[in-house]
Amino acid sequence: MKKVFEKPKSLTDVPFTYCPGCHHGIIHRLVAEALDDLNITKDTIGVAPVGCAVFAYLFFDCDMIVAAHGRAPATATGIKRVKPDNVVFTYQGDGDLASIGTAEIVHAANRSEKITVIFVNNAVYGMTGGQMAPTTLEGQITQTSPYGRDPKTMGMPIRVCELLSTLNSPAYIERVALTKPAYIIKAKKAIKKAFQFQLDGKGFSLVEILSTCPTNWGLSPKESNEWLEKNMIPYYPLGEFKNLEEVS
Amino acid sequence: MVDRLLMKGNEAIGEAAIHAGCRYYFGYPITPQSELIAYMAKRLLKIEGATFLQSESELAAINMVYGAAAAGGRVMTSSSSPGISLKQEGISYITCAELPCVIVNIMRGGPGLGSIQPAQGDYFQATKGGGHGDYHLIVLAPSSVQELVDLTIKAFNLADKYRNPAMILGDGLLGQMMEPVEFKEFDVKTIPSKESWALGSSEGREARRIVPFNLDPIEMEKINNRLKQKYLDMQKEAECELVNMDNPDIVVVAYGIVARIVKTAIQKAKKEGINIGLMRPVTLYPFPYQIIGDNAHKAKKILVTEMSMGQMLEDVQLAACDKAEINFYGRTGGVVISPVEILEEVKKLLA
Repeated sequence: MKKVFEKPKSLTDVPFTYCPGCHHGIIHRLVAEALDDLNITKDTIGVAPVGCAVFAYLFFDCDMIVAAHGRAPATATGIKRVKPDNVVFTYQGDGDLASIGTAEIVHAANRSEKITVIFVNNAVYGMTGGQMAPTTLEGQITQTSPYGRDPKTMGMPIRVCELLSTLNSPAYIERVALTKPAYIIKAKKAIKKAFQFQLDGKGFSLVEILSTCPTNWGLSPKESNEWLEKNMIPYYPLGEFKNLEEVS
Repeated sequence: MVDRLLMKGNEAIGEAAIHAGCRYYFGYPITPQSELIAYMAKRLLKIEGATFLQSESELAAINMVYGAAAAGGRVMTSSSSPGISLKQEGISYITCAELPCVIVNIMRGGPGLGSIQPAQGDYFQATKGGGHGDYHLIVLAPSSVQELVDLTIKAFNLADKYRNPAMILGDGLLGQMMEPVEFKEFDVKTIPSKESWALGSSEGREARRIVPFNLDPIEMEKINNRLKQKYLDMQKEAECELVNMDNPDIVVVAYGIVARIVKTAIQKAKKEGINIGLMRPVTLYPFPYQIIGDNAHKAKKILVTEMSMGQMLEDVQLAACDKAEINFYGRTGGVVISPVEILEEVKKLLA
């Protein structure tokens, strides 16, 4: 019998630690498929964040390091400068990348470090139990915005793709979602493209993936997908924000 | 024939690092070590395959060091007191991950933003850990520009030997002063290979993981036990210079630039018929408890002098409190102790 579907080779056999309905599993799979497709697993070094995805170091079957909270782009910079022939990626959540690690991501992008950033935006701090993230939507209730995020005192959610796209240097920035098969196909394409940009030496690439957190949103997986489509996509529009290839 | 060069302390550290095969430097400007970052920029940007990177912050710099060390690079960062405080989280991670690197602290007056003049107020931070968790750095305390060179090279070698960060603990005066220096031959082939543990291509081997945590307390305790064993093994590296210790009237204990000043005080004292002995720890971690303990009985009184409120003092007390009366004289805030002041203190104690 012909095998038509299998686990990507770039994933280990360690079972995922993620909650039911969380998108991390899909994102891990898409990253692993991209590494498989490009045949770069053995040349890849991944940088895991602090947060739910800290365990990514167990799931990807390539060399991995766990960075300090928010510092993955700096750690990746150090690795890439020593091993320019390896493929280096970071995998970061919204608290990690857009709050405590804001300086690191902005400057890695501005230097156009030849790294790929997988940015998972689920509008909440997952691992610590559902506190407000920089990407938490206006009015969204979390542990630390119990009456809803009030922009008057808590600011508006940060749009990372738009922010980084104001810089001249980054090579490729795209935002994708995973709530339906068509989106997943697009997301896979974007992730693969991001790695291809790095392989071609074009510079910094980042894919933001809108993601669910059913546990901390207090919704079922199905409701979470609906909530994401209804609330997140209008504020975080999907699409390509930067593509230096097409400019030049 | 080795050439003698006239070099500023900060630049001598940079040249020594490059001489020792350091090809990766990440740092952020801060007085009084800015000549070092400038020197690294000037030199490394002209070496193919090397990296000089002025990072966005001290936090980024130390985490770049973390990545570069994990990838097997001979890597250094440098800063001065407030900047070193910012690096502490990363230093703790690097120590837990057991990666080698060199960190230079050209100390200035503190606490807070402090001053930009020389001080030794970061002794506790450097020798007792500094960041969170149980760990130590290897800490070397040069006392001349030549020693900045020799101990920088040694720091890289010890860092590799123990897979632990090593710190050069200098001060603004050492960093700024000029002296003739020699660079002894260094064979980069003697640098240990990192192939067996560094991140890179996993072709033909299992994927490697550098993980500075473990949520299982029993496993995390094992990491601490392994580190502890390493620190015990390191104790044999303890070094202490002994000067004029044959028959001293009093023994002074000082490190770094202050020990240098004490040497001038020793000469002045001789003219007045006073014999001052000096014990100068060269390694601050491991601290030469044994050497100081063994020699403490040579005079009734010990004077510990530092450009701090008394930090190394506590280690001297541990080493010698049962062997001599231990006194302290310190200046802080960026005030440099003078030989005359030391002599005055000695006279008071001998009166």
